[in-house]
Amino acid sequence: MRTIEVEQITQAIAKMCMDACYYLSEDVYDALVSAGRKEESALGKEIIGKLVENANISKNEQRPICQDTGMTVIFMEVGQDVHFVGGSLEEAVNAGVAKGYTEGYLRKSVVGEPLFNRKNTTNNTPAILHISIVPGDKVKIKLAPKGFGSENKGALKMLVPADGVEGVKKVVLDTVRTAGPNACPPMVIGVGIGGTMEKATILAKKALLRSVNKRNENPEYAKLEEELLEMVNKTGVGPQGLGGITTALAVNVEYFATHIAGLPVAVNINCHATRHAEVEL
Amino acid sequence: MAEVKRITTPLTKEMARSLKAGDSVLITGTIYSARDAAHKVMTEALDRGEKLPVDFTNQIVYYLGPTPAKPGDPIGSAGPTTAGRMDKYTPQMIEQGLSGMIGKGYRSPEVVEAMKKNSTVFMVAIGGAAALIAKTIKAYEVLAYPELGAEALAKLTVEDFPAIVAIDCDGNNYYEEGQKPYRKI
Repeated sequence: MRTIEVEQITQAIAKMCMDACYYLSEDVYDALVSAGRKEESALGKEIIGKLVENANISKNEQRPICQDTGMTVIFMEVGQDVHFVGGSLEEAVNAGVAKGYTEGYLRKSVVGEPLFNRKNTTNNTPAILHISIVPGDKVKIKLAPKGFGSENKGALKMLVPADGVEGVKKVVLDTVRTAGPNACPPMVIGVGIGGTMEKATILAKKALLRSVNKRNENPEYAKLEEELLEMVNKTGVGPQGLGGITTALAVNVEYFATHIAGLPVAVNINCHATRHAEVEL
Repeated sequence: MAEVKRITTPLTKEMARSLKAGDSVLITGTIYSARDAAHKVMTEALDRGEKLPVDFTNQIVYYLGPTPAKPGDPIGSAGPTTAGRMDKYTPQMIEQGLSGMIGKGYRSPEVVEAMKKNSTVFMVAIGGAAALIAKTIKAYEVLAYPELGAEALAKLTVEDFPAIVAIDCDGNNYYEEGQKPYRKI
């Protein structure tokens, strides 16, 4: 049994909120630079250049890459031999978010109730927290501030088995076309296939946490990722939707077992600021 | 890509009409920021027959909710938000005299009709270039609805603020024109 003070979680999360918002991850930065070289549209090339320049300013001056510093999504893998002490884990997580967003000059973009009064909670809490219990005595935290320009353009389709690969491709294509400039392309696209309705959407979100230069370990899914990327880059949407061959930097697919009658497909879009931070305690 | 056009505010309707879809522009002067919550409050005030806190005649509204300013800075990161969310309120705002809007993304047919009728131009700034754009904003002053936080109605002083004309006063749409040559499926 290993004991962890929840205060440690608070401190780690506060720092991750700031880091994720200031520092564009290296894989995305490299992918942007490389896309900028290949982009055929002059305007598209210029836009990608500005996004790279923006990432440099953010990094050098510790400023948020985007003013939408998002709703904080956290995936936490907790070793089953860990014992948390010093308070509630969930409260510690939210205390970390509040601290990070306040001390880091990040925008507080969360309302406490979605429909009637929509009052801002003023500290960006609560976070969306996904916890899974795994073997061992470590705690792994992945944090992804999720902006809603792109989040609003996600989709879930409950396909039937007969729809197959073509059905999946159509869902991705339709979603990207509908998203267009609203999702601030170049995008990173997370696709979740299988499971149940809610499982597919969580898979799609998890897919966004994978590096853009790392393909799925299953070769069939790796090939699908490449085909989907090639397809969405033929839509013409391009950087900021103003035309070009760089609509997405990557398509990451995650899959899970599903029911004999179903083929759930979820698409979760991220803008180029695919922000994530990771620590292990 | 056409040459860069420099414009200063207030943006007269005549100047607005001279801007064409695809033009790159640099804006200098005063612009106003408002997004979802401020638009809702303003249109509700108009429905009650009240006056708005700002006279929007020949003015530009920027769909923005910035991050808080660090000490010594006028503003935090300040990129555009999705314009389509303002579509429901926009025709009413255009009737208040707006000559320009800055945001990102597609607009509804109703908004484009109102733009054509009133000579209003829709420009886009680069979504996600928020730290870079902030360099062109020299002052930020909340004018109304401070309780809305980042969503308050504010006045911005800008110098060479970069934007691209996405939909001009004739309804020409650069999203459509720009994407066409690269559309292979």
